[in-house]
Amino acid sequence: MTITVTLDRTIEHLDRGPLTRDEMAQAVARDIPDGSFVNLGIGQPTQVGDHLSPDSGIVLHTENGMLGMGPAATGDDIDTDLTNAGKVPVTELPGASYFHHADSFAMMRGGHLDVCVLGAFQVSERGDLANWHTGAPDAIPAVGGAMDLAIGAKDVFVMMSLFAKDGAPKLVRKCTYPLTGLACVSRVYTEHATFLVGGSGVTVVETFGTTVDELAGRLDLELGLIGS
Amino acid sequence: MTLIAQTALEAVEGIKDGSTVLVGGFGMAGMPVALIDALIEQGATDLEVVSNNAGNGDTGLAALLAAGRVRKVICSFPRQSDSYVFDDLYRAGKIELEVVPQGNLAERMRAAGAGIGAFFCPTGVGTPLAEGKETRTIDGRDYVLELPIHGDVALIGAHAGDPMGNLVYRKTARNFGPVMATAAATTIAQVSHIVALGDLDPEVVVTPGIFVDRIVHVAQETP
Repeated sequence: MTITVTLDRTIEHLDRGPLTRDEMAQAVARDIPDGSFVNLGIGQPTQVGDHLSPDSGIVLHTENGMLGMGPAATGDDIDTDLTNAGKVPVTELPGASYFHHADSFAMMRGGHLDVCVLGAFQVSERGDLANWHTGAPDAIPAVGGAMDLAIGAKDVFVMMSLFAKDGAPKLVRKCTYPLTGLACVSRVYTEHATFLVGGSGVTVVETFGTTVDELAGRLDLELGLIGS
Repeated sequence: MTLIAQTALEAVEGIKDGSTVLVGGFGMAGMPVALIDALIEQGATDLEVVSNNAGNGDTGLAALLAAGRVRKVICSFPRQSDSYVFDDLYRAGKIELEVVPQGNLAERMRAAGAGIGAFFCPTGVGTPLAEGKETRTIDGRDYVLELPIHGDVALIGAHAGDPMGNLVYRKTARNFGPVMATAAATTIAQVSHIVALGDLDPEVVVTPGIFVDRIVHVAQETP
């Protein structure tokens, strides 16, 4: 992990409920340092782009071969030759560049990309990531660029709901789904709390509408605090 | 010498049954649909297709799959909202699938084109996609040995080409094109424009003509 936490202690926000998806995207955007090169994964992480300030100097990378990606294209700006990794038409910003796939992934593996934001099925306390395959017998496996991003970006942030639809925690001691990468995640943003993972285990940064003790009761994990 | 084919069918002439065909494109961006349609007409079958996806909708790669010409797909992301042709073939056991991380797919073809015998890559270490592969620890980091992917043929889309076979691309339609062009014994490009010798600025050529065997002009909706 290269990005440090600015809080000097864990904060419990008890005057409010859990974060909305949009607030989660805001929380991620707030933690991305100005001037970073950033890849936003398909789905929910794409929303983070809506909260990045134009003055931040943050440059978005899309693995299909572009730096300086702008917002989604609408109307006459739609160009079928210009899409993001989710195949959604996008726009280019001044200073953008195009490159082929081998260069695009060299940017990840070579340690040039500062942050990527991904969704996940599970994250383990040491930062293992499972986000590509449920392992279900009838599922068609599809990995895309997830494994390359997971081990390539200097910091990997995960945005996910803290619990699966069946109530099972998604932040776990050990992933049970097939892995995407080992010890690669540094932060996990959920509706109930944000966490640091890896190294010495799970540290709670902030909670939203719940206490650390309540979370500890719902997660089968030891939760550390900042500044303790 | 690069051949300027008059038709897409002429461009794909001689592709043999059982060939490994590298197919450019990321989704539909950069996909050489006219060359794929010509390949369907040409008739080669039992193909092994290497492409990022496994077809969208009913056109392009999906049409080749639907025609029953493909034995195996090597790709990073087969499953999409509109990949129903592949999904049905896969679930019916009528097509083989090798899933490869997207960067490894690109780098394995880059290695093939650059004469690299194999390379150690950190992607996928400790995951099911590294099972059975040789690993090595170098300077404290773990790597997996990955082998090149050579194509018999590459079918790619580009924006403009000249009679030397030099190519330039357009926006994110570039994607796998330049890498695949290097990795196949025969590279065939469909281009939106054929320009005269000297009209492409040598400073902006992306794929030098040495990698390109045949080009054919195919009018595009985009500029």
